[in-house]
Amino acid sequence: MITLNGKPESGFDGRLLTELLTVHSYRTELIAVEYNGEILPKSSYGDTVLKDGDSLEVVSFVGGG
Amino acid sequence: MIPSKEEFERVLIERHTKPVHERLKNASIAIAGAGGLGSNIAMSLARAGVGRLFIVDFDKVEMSNLNRQQYFIRHLGMYKTEAITEILHEINPYISVDYKTVQVTEDNAAGLFSGFDIICEAFDRAESKAMLINTVLEKLPGTTIISGSGMAGYLSSNSIKTRKITDRLYICGDGVTDSADVNGLMAPRVAVCSNHQANMVIRLLLGYTDC
Repeated sequence: MITLNGKPESGFDGRLLTELLTVHSYRTELIAVEYNGEILPKSSYGDTVLKDGDSLEVVSFVGGG
Repeated sequence: MIPSKEEFERVLIERHTKPVHERLKNASIAIAGAGGLGSNIAMSLARAGVGRLFIVDFDKVEMSNLNRQQYFIRHLGMYKTEAITEILHEINPYISVDYKTVQVTEDNAAGLFSGFDIICEAFDRAESKAMLINTVLEKLPGTTIISGSGMAGYLSSNSIKTRKITDRLYICGDGVTDSADVNGLMAPRVAVCSNHQANMVIRLLLGYTDC
């Protein structure tokens, strides 16, 4: 079981981060991913395999400034 | 008559105490974008006595900026970097303001902001915000970034918060209100958000890492 944005999320152990992002309809050009305490480089999204106990926060930026 | 440097120092020390003033005076802060967020952040940090600001923006001041950005009619058509430098020196002529009038991209971001411990992200497009944060946090290991996301419209001011995402990333704003979805961007909430960012800068400079 992983934790996504503070909530438990089942069914993603052993699957790629990109799959999680797709299922939740995140647009990769608008996000930053905090993965176990660090911001994950974009180039690592495709080869990051999620595992039990992982904690993620996906920040999706919105326009305005 | 412009007061002397010593007079500025004396008044700031009187207000802020000497140890606080020394820390702010010796700080260098980068601001990426000089629009609604960036112009407000720059003004607050200048008033607080932050000694050196570095501002990057490629745009010129337009009529549509006057509803929320810290520019005046006399600045219409000027580059924002030049206009904000003028304004900041009207507040305190003894702080150092450096600027670059260029567009920040994935390719030049690390070079532009290398050497700064703290960067304020003050762009308006969501893609630009995400690009800067991902690029800086990957390529500049010693840098902390304070971003603004979600300040459009006229929802409650109290929905705007500062959140610590990691040791190197703070995000201010309500996180959800996109300028494309509501009736525009207005001065009050843009100023609230930008001053969350400016206050987080000051907190970090003074050694407080919580929000």
